[in-house]
Amino acid sequence: MSGSQTISRIPFEQALDAFEPVLGLETHVELGTASKMFCGCPTEFGGAPNTQVCPVCLGLPGSLPVVNAMAVESTIRMGLALHCDIASWCRFARKNYFYPDMPKDYQISQYDEPLCFDGYLDVVVATDDGPREFRVEIERVHMEEDTGKLTHTGGDTGRIHGADYSLVDYNRAGIPLIEIVTKPIVGAGALAPMVARAYVTELRDLMRSLGVSDVRMDQGSLRCDVNVSLAPAGEPWGTRSETKNVNSLRSVERAVRFEIERQAAVLSGGERVVQETRHFHEDTGETTPGRSKEHAEDYRYFPEPDLVPVAPSEAWIEELRATLPEVPSARRARLRDEWGISDLEMQTLVNAEALELVAATINAGVDQGAARKWWTGEFTRIANEQGVALEDLAVTPAHIARVEALIADGSLTDKLARSVFEGVLAGEGDVDEVISARGLVVVGDDSTLMAAIEQALADQPDVAEKIRGGKVQAAGAIVGAVMKATKGQADAAKVRTLLLAHLGVEE
Amino acid sequence: MAPVMDSDLVRQSAATLAAAMQAGEVTSVQVTEACLARIDTVDDKVHAFLHIDREAALATAADIDRRRAAGADLGPLAGVPLALKDVFTMRGVPTTCGSRILEGWLPPYDSTVVERLRKADVVILGKTNMDEFAMGSSTEHSAYGPTRNPWDLDRIPGGSGGGSSASLAAFEAPLAMGTDTGGSIRQPAAVTGTVGVKPTYGGVSRYGLVALASSLDQAGPCARTVLDAALLHQAIAGHDPRDSTSIDAPVPDVVAAARAGDVRGMRIGLVRELGGEGYQQGVRQRFDEAVSVLTDLGAEVVEVSCPHFEYALGAYYLILPAEASSNLARFDGMRYGLRAGDHEDASVEEVMSRTREAGFGAEVKRRIMLGTYSLSSGYYDAYYGQAQKVRTLIARDFTAAFEQVDVLISPTTPTTAFKLGEKLDDPLAMYLNDIATIPVNLAGNCAMSVPVGLSPDDGLPVGLQIMAPALGDDRLYRVGSALESALVDRWGHILSEEVPSL
Repeated sequence: MSGSQTISRIPFEQALDAFEPVLGLETHVELGTASKMFCGCPTEFGGAPNTQVCPVCLGLPGSLPVVNAMAVESTIRMGLALHCDIASWCRFARKNYFYPDMPKDYQISQYDEPLCFDGYLDVVVATDDGPREFRVEIERVHMEEDTGKLTHTGGDTGRIHGADYSLVDYNRAGIPLIEIVTKPIVGAGALAPMVARAYVTELRDLMRSLGVSDVRMDQGSLRCDVNVSLAPAGEPWGTRSETKNVNSLRSVERAVRFEIERQAAVLSGGERVVQETRHFHEDTGETTPGRSKEHAEDYRYFPEPDLVPVAPSEAWIEELRATLPEVPSARRARLRDEWGISDLEMQTLVNAEALELVAATINAGVDQGAARKWWTGEFTRIANEQGVALEDLAVTPAHIARVEALIADGSLTDKLARSVFEGVLAGEGDVDEVISARGLVVVGDDSTLMAAIEQALADQPDVAEKIRGGKVQAAGAIVGAVMKATKGQADAAKVRTLLLAHLGVEE
Repeated sequence: MAPVMDSDLVRQSAATLAAAMQAGEVTSVQVTEACLARIDTVDDKVHAFLHIDREAALATAADIDRRRAAGADLGPLAGVPLALKDVFTMRGVPTTCGSRILEGWLPPYDSTVVERLRKADVVILGKTNMDEFAMGSSTEHSAYGPTRNPWDLDRIPGGSGGGSSASLAAFEAPLAMGTDTGGSIRQPAAVTGTVGVKPTYGGVSRYGLVALASSLDQAGPCARTVLDAALLHQAIAGHDPRDSTSIDAPVPDVVAAARAGDVRGMRIGLVRELGGEGYQQGVRQRFDEAVSVLTDLGAEVVEVSCPHFEYALGAYYLILPAEASSNLARFDGMRYGLRAGDHEDASVEEVMSRTREAGFGAEVKRRIMLGTYSLSSGYYDAYYGQAQKVRTLIARDFTAAFEQVDVLISPTTPTTAFKLGEKLDDPLAMYLNDIATIPVNLAGNCAMSVPVGLSPDDGLPVGLQIMAPALGDDRLYRVGSALESALVDRWGHILSEEVPSL
């Protein structure tokens, strides 16, 4: 629900002519541990409200936290994958503020002693001049606990002010989070929105490959705070806005773009950017003001006295480092070489969120060209039409492998294959079930095809004459007519070969 | 053990009662009934208890008797009644911490201490009064009215654990549990003529102990004799995986140390900074006599300086309020306990604010404000940060001292029990009661207060504090027990026997 007044902004290119954007990204990710950060409660998503709670995560008087060792391990592995230094000794801290989603009215987090610090993540964005690599520097990776989830009922804002009443679900309270904070990202210019998106995408893939989180953005397990400021080129950095809880890759890109356009308009109008938190609206692509941060809240951080310091041994860190899986960028380079494709082609797969699906399809025995063609072509188009993620389509690598095998032995044509997938996506069954239900058979025998060819030549004598006269390109009209006559169930290439042979014309 | 049946059951020590029950001379139900009857008789005057768990206590006692009769192997304190400070959670039993803000709250879980007491077959009689959230030295800060000192009902029983110490001195219970953040076990013990121990930090689990200041709080035993304290100490101590700050090491054999009670060849240090000016003449006199007793028993007593102890009180009143301001944030009316001002138009912030305004007493508010201030951005380094440095210096003083001596001693409190109301309007005077007890909490080591007689100037009990290094809890019991038996030999009975009849 965005405000009714129009937020003025100036076109992106124009904004970039006048100003240099500086980004900062703070990403919170729920770790995939079986139990919560400081107690043994389960972390499964979707349980009935307040059923996955205990005295500790409810913050009942007298209860005490105990650190989840698996969460520490996951954080260290993430830190190592981000080329961070790992603290040999660090403490948790309490972040104090009153809010009803916080059972203790403080959050156990880390403050000036993060577990991991000073790393980087290289990301690649596609430009008109080909792929360009950006190094995003990482300030810190730290652990904290999630808060409960508030649902505001009544009122029209969906926020606590104006609501008739609010419900709290503490199932989420105490779920382990890691927060990954970048250093300021400068110099991206017009690529800034894409760099932001590529960074979050890369972070997500990294976490999935490490197995520390399955990163379900639709379940809110990854939330990104997007900080944007603008300054005239060469001048000190401007005041930033902090757009909270942006929760999809596309939204990250849009939020950055919107903020650049909005702040450029503010600055161009001679006004100053207000330091504030903002909310991003998926429906309009706009951000609207949240609470002002002009008077920064004082969280009164101090070391958490209920917990002992985390002090991972050198040996443990080295053991974790030695067992890190291949990072996504290295894997992409390897697959690129194995498949013999270009950087740009690989980038296309990544941008289409198709890399894993293509890899699985190739593993299922399909040629890389066909695998890429299906996923980035037909299926991407359908997914976009339906507004769903590619991986959520009903079609699987096994389906593609089966279809490709049938194409290879001449049982299906490309056109028929599309019909097969249409049936599979519509839930009509697997590949063979759809073929038999829809009667999708290639018209393959030469006499049937020849009859159709002769009929088409008879119907279009002038075309027949042109072909005989050497205008081979005119053959398309006859092939088209034959395909039409056979309801598309013929192999067009074969029709063409038969046609030219029949007329005695050389290709 | 024949005299048990003849004399008043409630005046017996826990060890004596346990032995009598073990020998079949008396049942736990009889002992429990005797304590409950005593509570019925005297607690109107003393007000040691906030809640009496009569039916459950009797049912537990009956169950223990049944199991004993069936030949079950029961622990050394099986069947002995105990008074529990109202700061420990106990499933389904009111736990108020002496505050209005927790009125009506029934915890859904047992603290580890309660769990261990149940496992030891100790009979929990009920919950004892305390200064609100353990902030105070007199129990006058309880929202439910003060507890009175059985030695003189016009005087304070100490605090914050005045309910527990008074229940012992009034013979309402032979054992009690306390918590000690800056002296809340030892100071009440001193002013009621009983024994109280603050174990090594991490020695007893804090799980289920409603926190005042997490880095200072420690649960410990209260009793009328050193051996009883040791038996209780042994029952509750030991590693608990639910408390990260709990020490994963064997519990020192405090019972053996209490039974040995021998100081021959020990080096005992008199802390120069804890004594002299500001200490009541009668307190100093009884303390000096006790020092002579220790020398007579074969200990070598030397003077030791701990130069940074003079900064302890200042550091303590920065660290404690800071942690308390955060620990007490959760009492906001959202989930349990009191909720105030929740009318139609009230916002969340208003309800939280009104609840805290209505639910907390003046002392709690004072410390929350102090703590909030000392943690604030821009003040943190000057206040909380500096206080932590002082804490390190005090710990170093102890380390240096324990290189010269086995234990340190001092008077537990500068004065005997003061009158109710006397210091209520003077927080600083109230805070000064804990001047000798606070250093141990800041350093995390252990200490005990044992009664050393009545002050000649006012006839009120005087306590001597013994301090030992971390995990040296057994030394407290060796020295405390030796001193106690020498004094009992002199007096012919323990000091509590001299409490006026109520």
